[in-house]
Amino acid sequence: MSERISTDVVIIGAGPVGLFAVFELGLLDLKCHLIDILDKPGGQCAELYPEKPIYDIPAYPVIGAQELVDKLQEQIKPFGPIFHYGQQVEKVEKLDDGSFLVGTDAGTEFAAKVVVIAAGGGSFQPKRPPVPGIEGYEGTSVFYSVRKMDAFRDQSIVIVGGGDSALDWTLNLQPIAKRVTLVHRRDDFRGAPHSVDQMRALVAEGKVDLVIGQIAGLEGEGADLSGVVIKKTDGSTVTIPATRMMPFFGLTMKLGPIAQWGLNLTENLIAVDTEKFETSEPGIFAIGDINSYPGKLKLILSGFHEAALMAQAAKRIVDPTKRLVFQYTTSSTSLQKKLGVN
Amino acid sequence: MPKITFVPYRQEEITVEAEIGSTVMETAVRNGIPGIEAECGGACACATCHVYVEDGWYEKVGAPQPMEEDMLDFAWEVKPNSRLSCQMKVTAELDGLVVHVPERQA
Repeated sequence: MSERISTDVVIIGAGPVGLFAVFELGLLDLKCHLIDILDKPGGQCAELYPEKPIYDIPAYPVIGAQELVDKLQEQIKPFGPIFHYGQQVEKVEKLDDGSFLVGTDAGTEFAAKVVVIAAGGGSFQPKRPPVPGIEGYEGTSVFYSVRKMDAFRDQSIVIVGGGDSALDWTLNLQPIAKRVTLVHRRDDFRGAPHSVDQMRALVAEGKVDLVIGQIAGLEGEGADLSGVVIKKTDGSTVTIPATRMMPFFGLTMKLGPIAQWGLNLTENLIAVDTEKFETSEPGIFAIGDINSYPGKLKLILSGFHEAALMAQAAKRIVDPTKRLVFQYTTSSTSLQKKLGVN
Repeated sequence: MPKITFVPYRQEEITVEAEIGSTVMETAVRNGIPGIEAECGGACACATCHVYVEDGWYEKVGAPQPMEEDMLDFAWEVKPNSRLSCQMKVTAELDGLVVHVPERQA
């Protein structure tokens, strides 16, 4: 267990709203750590539609989603936010002194005076293909990622998909597996050309089987998989003997562990007030797409506004005795000093 | 305005008017067609607006672009007449189009 990180604020989610929260909190001298399940900042903007234009960011008639993320990163740089990528927050618990213990699935722990949930549509999770009974095999025979290579040693593995994850694991697991079968719905792969070539070479050498088709069912006993039924393009089915399966059907967004933190939820969204965007637990705020209140619009613009108001309330929690003086970045020398422009 | 008929899985078909220039997905969402989830809002990033184009219409609608074809890899029970409805633009020629909604959007 690593040492607990002490900070003013932990922001869960490094999407556009989480990033801008760093700015608003930073103007009030609050230091932030951000946690995101993705391996980069930007959330949906970076993961789902980096190349797409956004037309409703004030003063930008059009801005690319990734460009928006890059500019936000530049804007918050003076405040030195610290990012923790590839981690999911599993627990948020109140400590005796009124602060919060935030723990991730990677074992990182934080002690934060304020927690800001800016988790958008939830965390990105591998999509579960709707094969009947697949849940029963998950964790034993069906895996969406590789935590320990040894769990795949000498196994008959079926890998499903046509992207980089499917190709990478085909290449990486082939040397230790009993047999690897790659299943894809078409004989065309969207992964890196180099990986495609390597996979094709292994197929040509007879070291990997390539089957063109789609999963139709699973066979096995209890949690132990014995075969994957594949429907081929011509309509015929074939059963591939398999003790492990890895499906790669992209990512979807799930609320995840947030549902277990005891916060009031409204239809899978976190209920907040519209003065501070605070949840039912004082000291925990929710901003951006993840929150719900009367009249809520899921716009990046709205999330920015919510971040500004939240920051004022967060400051009062962190520094209850300090009198807050409202200032403009245009004229305040002290704000400009924080921004490094004066 | 062109009319589009949606056939939800094992439910009565629904015929609605569609605006030229909008997408088939937007038309479905606007009319509350069951089974079109459109999780990503039309960015061709999620494959949850998957439909099957009725026989005879596929040629008129056209084949998917490479980006959509890639995204179809994430859809469930893809068939030769599969399309993502967010990538289908409504035109006057599509008046009378019939699309079937799959059992699941994965």
